[in-house]
Order: sequence, then C-alpha cells, then structure tokens
Amino acid sequence: MHGQNKTFYGHGLPNLKVGPLQGSLIVIEGTDGVGRSTQIDQIIAWLELQGYAVTNTGWTRSALLSETINEAKAGHALTTTTFSLLYAADFADRLENTIIPALRAGFIVLADRYMYTAFARNAAMGADRKWTRDLFGCALIPDLVLYLKIDVDDLIPRVLEGKGMDYWESGMHLSLGSDIFDSFVRYQGRLIREYNRLAREFNFITVDARQPVDHIQAELRSNISAYLERSRVTSVDLSPSQRATRP
Amino acid sequence: MLSQPHPYPGKLIIVEGIDGSGKSTQLSLLYRWLLSRGVKAFFTEWNSSLLVRNSMRRGKKKDLLTPTTFSLLHAVDFADRLTYKIIPPLKAGMVVLADRYVYTAFARDTARGVHPDWVRAVYSFAPRPDLALYFRVPIEVSLDRLLTGRAKLKYHEAGMDMGLSHDPAESFRLFQSRVLEVYDQLGQEYDLRVVDAVGDIHSQQLLVRRLARQILRDYHGTVADLAAAAAD
Repeated sequence: MHGQNKTFYGHGLPNLKVGPLQGSLIVIEGTDGVGRSTQIDQIIAWLELQGYAVTNTGWTRSALLSETINEAKAGHALTTTTFSLLYAADFADRLENTIIPALRAGFIVLADRYMYTAFARNAAMGADRKWTRDLFGCALIPDLVLYLKIDVDDLIPRVLEGKGMDYWESGMHLSLGSDIFDSFVRYQGRLIREYNRLAREFNFITVDARQPVDHIQAELRSNISAYLERSRVTSVDLSPSQRATRP
Repeated sequence: MLSQPHPYPGKLIIVEGIDGSGKSTQLSLLYRWLLSRGVKAFFTEWNSSLLVRNSMRRGKKKDLLTPTTFSLLHAVDFADRLTYKIIPPLKAGMVVLADRYVYTAFARDTARGVHPDWVRAVYSFAPRPDLALYFRVPIEVSLDRLLTGRAKLKYHEAGMDMGLSHDPAESFRLFQSRVLEVYDQLGQEYDLRVVDAVGDIHSQQLLVRRLARQILRDYHGTVADLAAAAAD
C-alpha cells in the first residue's frame, strides 16, 4: 500500500466513501505540445520495472464520450458551456470507471491532464471560474501533481517540429487572431498564465520543460520516488497494528 | 440566472412532472392554442439534442451510466438546446415551450443520490422561466396511465439502474416516489405553479391557458411584429 487517504475536491460522488483507496493518483499537467505523453510512457515503464502496477488515463479518452467529443469538434458546433460540460462528463466517466477502480485495486494511476486543464481552458475561453470548479466537485484530489512548465516562445518551435499547430490547440474557435500563428501565441499565452496561477494555488511540483527530455524525466522520477517513499512511511505509521505496539 | 428574470423579449413556459403526469399532452394543447391565436411559438423537449445522442444511447444500452455521468450528459443536452433552440427564439421574441426543464434534472439526479447543490451549480447558467407548471399526480395514477398506454416501462424512467427492485412496476413506484418528493420541495424553492394532474384534461387545460394568459399580458409579439407595428 502506497496511497494516502483521498478526499474529494467538492461534493464528491454519490454512494462512494473514498477513505480506503490504496493506490496513488499522480497527475502530469502542462499545456498542449509540452511533451507530456513522451514523459508518461517512460515513467510507466520505469514504475513497472520497480514492481508497481500502473494504469494511465488521459483527457477525452472515456468509452462514453470520446467519439462524441471528436464528432462535435469536427462539426464546430460547441460553445464554451457545452465544451466544458462534455469534458466534465468525460472526466466523470473515467473517474468512476477507470481511476477509482484502479486506485481501489492498489494501482498507481498516471493521469495525462486532470481537472486543472479544464480550469485553465475554461478560464482561457472566458467561462465563469466558479462554475467550472463546481462542475469538478466530483473529482478526487490527486496525491501528486507534476507540472511541465514552458513559455510560449519555447513552445512554438517544439510544436512546429512536432505535429504542427492544430485548430483547437491554437484557440481558433475563439477568433483571437488573424491567422493560426497569432491565435496560437495568444491562446497558449493565456493558457500558460492560467496553469502558472493554478500551480501556485494547488501547489503543483513544477518541472522546467525547456530542458532536454532525459533531464525532465530524471526530475519527474526523483519527485515520484520521493512521494512513494514518503507515503510508504506514512502508511506504515498510520497502520493500526504499528500504532498498537507503541508505548 | 435561475434566480432572476431573463432579459429577452420572448417568453419561456415550461412544464414539469413525473412520467405519466400528462404534462406533454397539456403542453401540446397549449402550443396549438397559441398558434391559433397567431402567437409565434417554439417547442423543445428534454433530451433531444443530437450532440450527445450517441453517447446517451451507448451509455444506456451498455449500462455504462452512473448518476454523475447521467446528470452531466443531460446537462450537455440542455446546454446545447439552450444555445440553439431556446435562447435564439427568446431573443427573437417568440414564446418557447419546453417539455421538462432543469427541475427535471434537480428532481431525478437528487433522487439518484447526486448532491443537490452540485446539480444546481451545474445548471446555474439556465435562464428562469416566465411560467413553470408542475403537474402533480400520485404514483399509482401515473403508473396506471403508463401501463395502459404502453406495455413496458422504460429502464431509467423506472429507476431500474438504482437496483431498488427487480420488478419494473415496483421499482418505478419506489424511484418515482423519491422524484415526487423532490419535486414537491422544488415547487416552493422555485415558484412552480402546481396543477392537480388527476383532474380531467379539459379543466386542466383551461387552468393552463389562464396562467399562460397572465404572463403574456405584457407580451407584444416577436421583434419582427414590433418592428412592423412601428413602421405602420
């Protein structure tokens, strides 16, 4: 057992007590194109070699909604409100059908983005901040949030060398600039400012994502190791049998 | 938004009640009456947007839905219809008739165990109706109507996902009793006008029309009508 007691961010889920979830919920946050999935693949392999069972889950990958979200994006019929609600539904589906069952079974759940991405995007789209946060009242508070931090200037070449600037990731739906480049700069600038604000508010562990891939990986691993070490000690400390033997 | 009147020139009339309360019948009679009076009316019903239709179907068929995702999918449906079907006609000055509104979500989702404050927060972007009619009927009456109308009760309507009973009629009784209880509380919280839905259809409709007439007193037609009148 490595996980610590979990709590809900808000009102929680019906008919669920979360105290005894044994696994750990580790979140990797960061804006589009910052290199999250490359890092996550390597972390999973590394954790499994150490004997930890790992499940990963990512934004818009739910069985219930992934198709609907893709179709809706293709049709460009979404508003800020429907966008936010679809993401919340996708999140709730993965939370109840993937994340919580895995945590209960003692897995480490690695989440590629979490509710903070919705907070950042909705704020960038101009949705009411309180409303967005209320929506995610069903979320579990993660054990560890690792934030890959980058600035727009360093992000641009990385995205251009990768899969290029995409319609949604450039915020073209918000009509922010005359072309995709201008729009990308403004939209990602807003998003990154929101992420940085959230990093302070929710105490993310910030990792400088301008470094080479293997440096980032090393930093992520040392933070995860430290967390696992900490929680192992805590869970031993808190186990009733240990407490009983103390004077 | 639900706490204050909407700023649009149109009017929003909604009906609520458990399944089998006869609210849809009453709303369609009201719709025809309005049209016959030359009022431009627009009709929309719960859970009818194309946006989440596939997800809803998939979720219901495979029993993938939990109370939380059930609630959020309906919220997407509602937000989508609000954007495309409710706000534009209200802005154009039409009378919008909605068969079920956010109170349906409040009642059903709360009956499924979802936190009442959460579901209210989710729907907080909804405009307040000008007239909200609640068709109140005892469980046995609605069950009678449903079973004579169609042979089988729908899975979610009977609350079968709650595991309250294996017998659909018994499950319906248990689940819809909870829904009814929440509706009764909502009636006071949100000023829903209660219509005794046990009475005969005709007298109910006369009451519905009287209530509609009251809120239409300060209604002077669509924006186009007003423009035409001003030009005369």
